[in-house]
Amino acid sequence: MDWLTDNYVNILRGFGETLRLLGVSGALALVVGTLVALARVSPVPILRGVGAFYVTIFRNTPLLVLILIAYYGLPEIGIDFGFFINISLAMGTYTAAFVAEAIRSGFNGVPLGQAEAARAIGMPFTQSMRHIVLPQAFRLVVPPMASVYIALTKNTSLAATFGIAEATFRMRGLFNDYASQMIQIFLGISLGYILIVAVISWVASAFERRWAVA
Amino acid sequence: MSSTVLYDAPGPKAQARHRLFGILTIIGVIAVLALIVWKLWAEDQLTAEKWEVFYTPRFISLLAEGMLQTLWIAVLSIAGALVFGLVFGTAKLSDHAPVRWVAWVVVEFFRAVPLLLLIIFIWFYAFETQLGTIAPLVIGLILYNGSVLAETFRAGINAVPRGQVEAAYAIGLRKSAVMRIVQLPQAIKIMTPAIISQCVVALKDTSLGYYILAPGLTTIGRDIWRTFDNRLATALVLALLYIVLNLLLTALGRWAEKHITGARPAQSLQKNPGVAEKP
Repeated sequence: MDWLTDNYVNILRGFGETLRLLGVSGALALVVGTLVALARVSPVPILRGVGAFYVTIFRNTPLLVLILIAYYGLPEIGIDFGFFINISLAMGTYTAAFVAEAIRSGFNGVPLGQAEAARAIGMPFTQSMRHIVLPQAFRLVVPPMASVYIALTKNTSLAATFGIAEATFRMRGLFNDYASQMIQIFLGISLGYILIVAVISWVASAFERRWAVA
Repeated sequence: MSSTVLYDAPGPKAQARHRLFGILTIIGVIAVLALIVWKLWAEDQLTAEKWEVFYTPRFISLLAEGMLQTLWIAVLSIAGALVFGLVFGTAKLSDHAPVRWVAWVVVEFFRAVPLLLLIIFIWFYAFETQLGTIAPLVIGLILYNGSVLAETFRAGINAVPRGQVEAAYAIGLRKSAVMRIVQLPQAIKIMTPAIISQCVVALKDTSLGYYILAPGLTTIGRDIWRTFDNRLATALVLALLYIVLNLLLTALGRWAEKHITGARPAQSLQKNPGVAEKP
């Protein structure tokens, strides 16, 4: 177990970096994803088209290729916020497509009568969205959103390919130094990821219980 | 008639407003596109030397080769994952508690671990065995996607109405026959959309082979930009190729769903309800 006792500071730093990636790209994904979901159900046909186009493009491109574009490509045309932000940009815009789909599935879970009632009392699209549909949709959306964010947690490992010293990157370093204890190291780092995933599921189920209707 | 209950059929005023928003959106999109083109042009990205690779026959055939390798790895992984998923999905429903526990631990573990972490581990661990790079990638993809599919299979089998199983037992079928003849055929019908979206996930994840330089589109792309110093152009072409592959796969899946299982109409706020997927 000397790999752990000698390196726990670096491993914790690695998971810190994983969490930082998760936080930055997760926040970006939430904002962009909500906007895209709203565009997709709006009454303006062209906005709907743009939303659908966004989801199609970003959902069908591998995250790795998006990071290649953001990490190698964007600096070539002068868009360079530093590699951490550029990678987070790729992860955020990729995850936004899935956030948008999760929220849209939440719209569909809101009972028909709610939207009909909102229309019947004369609410326009923006009001019925803001007061009736969105608050209920967000509640329904907690479980699928949790799985989107769990997937994002795991996807942050791709940053290791581009030299960000997060948990997976640290594991590879440890493999070089402690070749005989590979299985232990793998299980140990896995446990770290499993803990993050467990916290996300726990928070999600807490929210679900808190926001449960009746 | 409008297909949604979220808003009324627009009147003349609303139509004018929607037109205005539509025009603003178009202007916005055109502005963004123009900005991109201008940036590309200003930074000398639109030159022939950056792009000529992609209309040179020799490199087109190289990319086609990479695409075939990617497809081959995807097919191997999906086939393996379906078998893995079937075995562990039914094991999770076993009557024998130890079998259930083992299946639960295996499935939950491989679902929770990042795929790249898994691939790197297999690659390092098997380094001395001269396994190459394709095998670690395929094994990783099978373990991960298989575990996701195991959950799908379990949910699908559980979604088959209870009466079907009871009726099957009542006419004297044994446990394995109930599963094989009654539960699985109906479960597969329920699960088809989930299986198709998992196939797209597996196809996208073949790109992770880049880390261990397994053959495939992304690795070919790496060779190209290292030779021609055109990273942005290459990455954009790769994205386009993957998008086309995935859309074809999705279309194939839709076709199969329609012709094999038959469409099921569903009532919802919108005409085409979205299916929540995992990235």
